[in-house]
Amino acid sequence: MSDGKRLAVLGAGAVGSSVVDLAVEYGHSVVAFADSSSAVTAADGIDADSALDRKSSDGVVGDDDPDAALSADYDVLVEATPTTLGDAEPGFSHLETALERDRHVVLANKGPVAERYADVRELERESAGEVRFEATVGGAIPIISTVEDLSPSHVTAARGVLNGTANFILSRMAAEGIDYEHVLAEAQDLGVAEADPTFDVEGTDAALKCVILANVLSEGEREFTLSDADVEGITNVPGSALELAAEDGRTIRLVGEATRDGIRVGPRLVPQNAALAVTGTRNIVQLETTHAGQLNLSGRGAGGPETASAVLGDVGRLD
Amino acid sequence: MTSALGSDAESDTESDDAERASRSRGGIDDAGDGDRDPQPHTIRLELADEPGQLLAALEPISENGGNLLSIFHERGNVTPRGRIPVEVDVEATPDRFDAIVAALREEGVNVVQAGAEHYAEEVAVLLVGHLVDTDLSDTLRRIESNPATSIADFSLNAPEGRSDTSSARLRMATRAGETAAALGLVREIADEKELHVVEPLAGGAV
Repeated sequence: MSDGKRLAVLGAGAVGSSVVDLAVEYGHSVVAFADSSSAVTAADGIDADSALDRKSSDGVVGDDDPDAALSADYDVLVEATPTTLGDAEPGFSHLETALERDRHVVLANKGPVAERYADVRELERESAGEVRFEATVGGAIPIISTVEDLSPSHVTAARGVLNGTANFILSRMAAEGIDYEHVLAEAQDLGVAEADPTFDVEGTDAALKCVILANVLSEGEREFTLSDADVEGITNVPGSALELAAEDGRTIRLVGEATRDGIRVGPRLVPQNAALAVTGTRNIVQLETTHAGQLNLSGRGAGGPETASAVLGDVGRLD
Repeated sequence: MTSALGSDAESDTESDDAERASRSRGGIDDAGDGDRDPQPHTIRLELADEPGQLLAALEPISENGGNLLSIFHERGNVTPRGRIPVEVDVEATPDRFDAIVAALREEGVNVVQAGAEHYAEEVAVLLVGHLVDTDLSDTLRRIESNPATSIADFSLNAPEGRSDTSSARLRMATRAGETAAALGLVREIADEKELHVVEPLAGGAV
């Protein structure tokens, strides 16, 4: 385990807030914390509880300008602002600023590694800092680091169920025999689905994770972005299809596949007792390897503390 | 010659000789290793609607050592060319099966489909959409137009009535190595008819 690091955390959503909350437990200090409109900085570590309290009561984390966090004296920038597509801003610029200062970057934001992987790697090469992004794929599940341990050249494919919202909806539809709209409303009530569930149910979120995996597997030989992915969501899956699948001992899961040749995300038929047929919000990733057979990694694919544990795991892997 | 299952390295030469001997004399015994065992095969024929045609078609099968398992003579289902489809299930070793097909063709019998591993693979897919409105029988006919594919089972689930979105499960039997092509054709037809296909994962990955 490395020495304690000084963290600057950008983003005060579920993941950023959990990182701030848990950092000390992992032996690190948070010297800066910012959301989109405010920041709090302290060279000897901010008071996490008061910043989080302020965020929930006043909607700000402190009195400083958000830029103060970027320019603070930190070892690791934790980028946990919302994922954006295309130019991946402002996450990409945050990463760029940190690398130019020779600082490490740990991403929870998928945008930079899904949409601008080559640019990220280029900036990393010119910097003394390192970029890690375990938290971008599969929440708490150690997928990227497992691929790294196996060496990407020994992993031929990665496939899995990578969106808890879509999986919750499909497994509820199958179990209860109720329609998509009803289950979606239930998922929204439970906080499993967002008010605008498009990103999850249309397969975009799962596709971004597969794009990241494809980028890792291809080791710079080829760069993938969301536009390279063949994506279909679950909105066209009626209850009648799940019934037919069940008659045959099968079910339907939104499965993403990533190889060096491409990315495909869509509803697929899988045996009901298959490893891939996880239920509820659970995620799973299957790695096909050349020497180690098939590896199945499953667990919680989302959530503040879960994803923060992946972020802090990355921080621990830094020199 | 005895029938030995398995293939020990030391017995390979002997077994190869035995197979050659078996082939050269038309074969009476099983040749030996696993993939030389008799397997069921399906042959689809089209016969002219004339007396004696069926018998003429069956003779080459028994003459070449095939074990006739069943005959499905679809008299009521005449092809567009006015012929009668016949499906024959035969048990034979791959070698003998090839000889049977060759003999049938020599006799002028129209062999529509035949293959050692005919329909060796099975794949199930779901189709979702306006299945009935987009001419379901045309969809099925076109899927079966691929000679390597046969529809083994079909179920339709249309809870909202025939004109609304419905789902169908299609189990296709395909020739070995032809599953990807069969799925490709299903995708193509589905795209054209704006149907959604829910496919299994390739390579039996679960």
